[in-house]
Amino acid sequence: MQRHLISAADLTRDDAVLILDTAEEMARVADRPIKKLPTLRGRTVVNLFFEDSTRTRISFEAAEKRLSADVINFTAKGSSVSKGESLKDTAQTLEAMGVDAVVIRHGASGAPYRLATSGWIDAAVVNAGDGTHQHPTQALLDAFTMRRRLVGRDAGLGKDLEGRRITLVGDILHSRVARSNVDLLHTLGAEVTLVAPPTLLPVGVGSWPCEVSYDLDSTLPKSDAVMLLRVQRERMNAAFFPTEREYSRRYGLDGDRMAKMPDHAVVMHPGPMVRGMEITAEVADSDRCTAVEQVTNGVSIRMAVLYLLLGGNEPAVSHARPTEEK
Amino acid sequence: MDKQHKAAPNDERQGAGPEARPVLEGPDIARVLTRIAHEIVERAKGADDVVLLGIPTRGVFLARRLADKLEQITERGIPVGSLDITMYRDDLRMHPPRALARTEIPGDGIDGRLVVLVDDVLFSGRTIRAALDALNDIGRPRAVQLAVLVDRGHRELPIRADYVGKNLPTSLRETVKVLLAEEDGRDTVLLGAKPAAPGAHP
Amino acid sequence: MSKTLIRGAKVLGGEPQDVLIDGTTIAEVGRDLSAEGAEVVEADGKVLLPGLVDLHTHLREPGREDSETVLTGTRAAASGGYTNVFAMANTFPVADTAGVVEQVWRLGQESGYCDVQPVGAVTVGLEGAKLAELGAMHESAAGVTVFSDDGKCVHDAVIMRRALEYVKAFGGVVAQHAQEPRLTEGAQMNEGVVSAELGLGGWPAVAEESVVARDVLLAEHVGSRVHICHLSTAGSVEIVRWAKSRGIDVTAEVTPHHLLLTDELVRSYDPVYKVNPPLRTERDVMALREALADGTIDIVATDHAPHPHEDKDCEWAAAAMGMVGLETALSVVQETMVDTGLLDWAGVADRMSFKPAQIGQATGHGRPVSAGEPANLTLVESAYRGQVDPAGFASRSRNTPYEGRELPGRVTHTWLRGKATLVDGKLT
Repeated sequence: MQRHLISAADLTRDDAVLILDTAEEMARVADRPIKKLPTLRGRTVVNLFFEDSTRTRISFEAAEKRLSADVINFTAKGSSVSKGESLKDTAQTLEAMGVDAVVIRHGASGAPYRLATSGWIDAAVVNAGDGTHQHPTQALLDAFTMRRRLVGRDAGLGKDLEGRRITLVGDILHSRVARSNVDLLHTLGAEVTLVAPPTLLPVGVGSWPCEVSYDLDSTLPKSDAVMLLRVQRERMNAAFFPTEREYSRRYGLDGDRMAKMPDHAVVMHPGPMVRGMEITAEVADSDRCTAVEQVTNGVSIRMAVLYLLLGGNEPAVSHARPTEEK
Repeated sequence: MDKQHKAAPNDERQGAGPEARPVLEGPDIARVLTRIAHEIVERAKGADDVVLLGIPTRGVFLARRLADKLEQITERGIPVGSLDITMYRDDLRMHPPRALARTEIPGDGIDGRLVVLVDDVLFSGRTIRAALDALNDIGRPRAVQLAVLVDRGHRELPIRADYVGKNLPTSLRETVKVLLAEEDGRDTVLLGAKPAAPGAHP
Repeated sequence: MSKTLIRGAKVLGGEPQDVLIDGTTIAEVGRDLSAEGAEVVEADGKVLLPGLVDLHTHLREPGREDSETVLTGTRAAASGGYTNVFAMANTFPVADTAGVVEQVWRLGQESGYCDVQPVGAVTVGLEGAKLAELGAMHESAAGVTVFSDDGKCVHDAVIMRRALEYVKAFGGVVAQHAQEPRLTEGAQMNEGVVSAELGLGGWPAVAEESVVARDVLLAEHVGSRVHICHLSTAGSVEIVRWAKSRGIDVTAEVTPHHLLLTDELVRSYDPVYKVNPPLRTERDVMALREALADGTIDIVATDHAPHPHEDKDCEWAAAAMGMVGLETALSVVQETMVDTGLLDWAGVADRMSFKPAQIGQATGHGRPVSAGEPANLTLVESAYRGQVDPAGFASRSRNTPYEGRELPGRVTHTWLRGKATLVDGKLT
């Protein structure tokens, strides 16, 4: 059994539901006068961030601190990493200081997998986003948000997302959020549709467990949740689409388009939002947009993951994929 | 360990194995709960500010039953909730993490009130120690008392129950298993022998 | 010089014969030759091949002696049964002048394990902008005949055209590393199902095929010959097959790893599988094997690319591309081509010795195993099977994708002009 969370694809349906259920209990801690649990007292977690991501780092840090873990923040900028120290040396240095878990964000796809499987360190590894590969805690918090909104906070306990229709729109090609969500939502029984211009879909997307469409308008009425992915303006320069205006005309979500969604359907965004590009301010600020809720839920999900991986003498989460032999 | 593995189906069988014999039956359980309810009213002088908090899983059912009885006696609503102590356990590192149970604090909270913790079996006292820690993070009760269905002895901490359904002297080689209709389909308390598993400890 | 009698070897996989080496040449091939005055090598059941010729080797010297030197690289070559290797030009400094190619050539001569034929860069500094002094390199002591910017593609169509035309003056050949640079910006692995899942930048097959197509058309247009390095896709095979059917003077090589490994291995994110061109799909592997068997692909070349441990012991994106190959090439070819029935040993001799020597105009190599020929020979124990253990490599680097894999065949003896460089699997 693996002690790591590297990819959403590694989670079984039962693992995922256990994490969501645990997060639901963790969320209640936030309602208490003392928002802290002693569970990870004496455990040290390092947030090893090779890529700037204040949002994700703060979310993990809040989760770790609420579980009473000792937290070390390490950002590559200005550290010896920028002077050419390797990932391996950095990780080993940190482990030598007695780290129990490494939460890693890295620009290179597969870096957390390497860290977990190369025998460099013994600590548990939690992937906080690697290149264009995976971002499993983001997918979990998205699924958590969907379950709360579409099934219900208490009614959702023990349940998955069977039959829910989820649409992901935007830069699928460069999105680790999309990859993680497709894997996890499929595991949870949801029907996923990816909507993007063909240039922003990876070659090979046909083998993914989801539908693919180039047309947002026809997909909206059949969606229980629409997740918009950030589209970086720089992509324009690499000819992924002609102009910002054309992108938002074809794939941006505005009030008119939102009106085509079923009444119960929600709009999601992993942030940071590019208003005026993939989402208009009107939609972003509407009640149906869960972007702020997703941030709150992120802390609960990360608490749940850290508890289930580190709270005992071995992880509670089993893995669908057998450990590969080196 | 009081109630370490209750959720695991294995222990169910261990507790209710072939040699297990009932020490309390359904009517006994109902009777002792009624007695405890009367004792609470008496000691709490009318139970005006009592809040019952059951410790999952079976403590919660017992707390609800006690609340019903208190309401019959006092003809007032008695706030009842649950207090999950998993995250406060001192033996977390000895087992894989388990699924969390619900902590449900009644609307008015616990500040300034008399909290009666309710559990099925009192054993080492470690669960209650964890419960006191958990309470501490939730509020500041006027006082905390403890009600248990069975006290089987072998305390490892300076903790005692204020209300005891039945004192049951046991050996460490024995197991005590409380079954309740809400969870197990019937009410009974079983005393059994621990299987001679190597490394088993109380 | 002394005599050596190789007794009972299956010459090119045929009936057992004796081969007598006298001095630097093969004196006699036949049955029951006299062993008088000769050291006898019992070769019962073994296959005798002409010394292998590798048209595509990176020896790293000068510049990256931490990964390989001419000496360690030629020792690795001898271990793998090679008697002649073509050393690629992407050294530091680049082999784009007569001075550098002569240095490499001399180092090869001094090593004594394997002849080293330097490859000259097509363009100055491999930058693809300005032709290097191809003629001067050809006229140097190294006598360069093969030119390549390998590692980089001669992507500018005009520069490629000029190079193809220019080398005709002295019978040279341009070996193209076919990789359209814009289509492969940030490329990390084969573009397809696996890259989509792993989130690694894709290196699409079309980036190779479009350049192969362009270059065979250019070769046809200017009446030159062109050699395609490390062909890796089924599509490239189709283009080369079409070009040959039109009579275009094109030759092509395939690496052992592209005959055996697929991009599924990248799922481990272990950079030992990172190579350029990248590992492709099962379909490509099968097409490459078939093409090597039917002669569409002319030769096997190792693209032996040594890298120090630290350049592979890291995350995928940061890792260097390339694999060592000299010491495992013949085993992989036996596994994928001989043991599958696609090629017999005579075919192996053709694809790994005769043809590469022809393409590279290597004198004295790739010759028949017959009397009067230079005694460049390789003896293979084809019945052997064993796990690859990089610790036993003669190469300075260990970046093999085959560690722990069971492969057939091992080279027990190599002779370079009659001198044994490898005896019973040990370098002399």
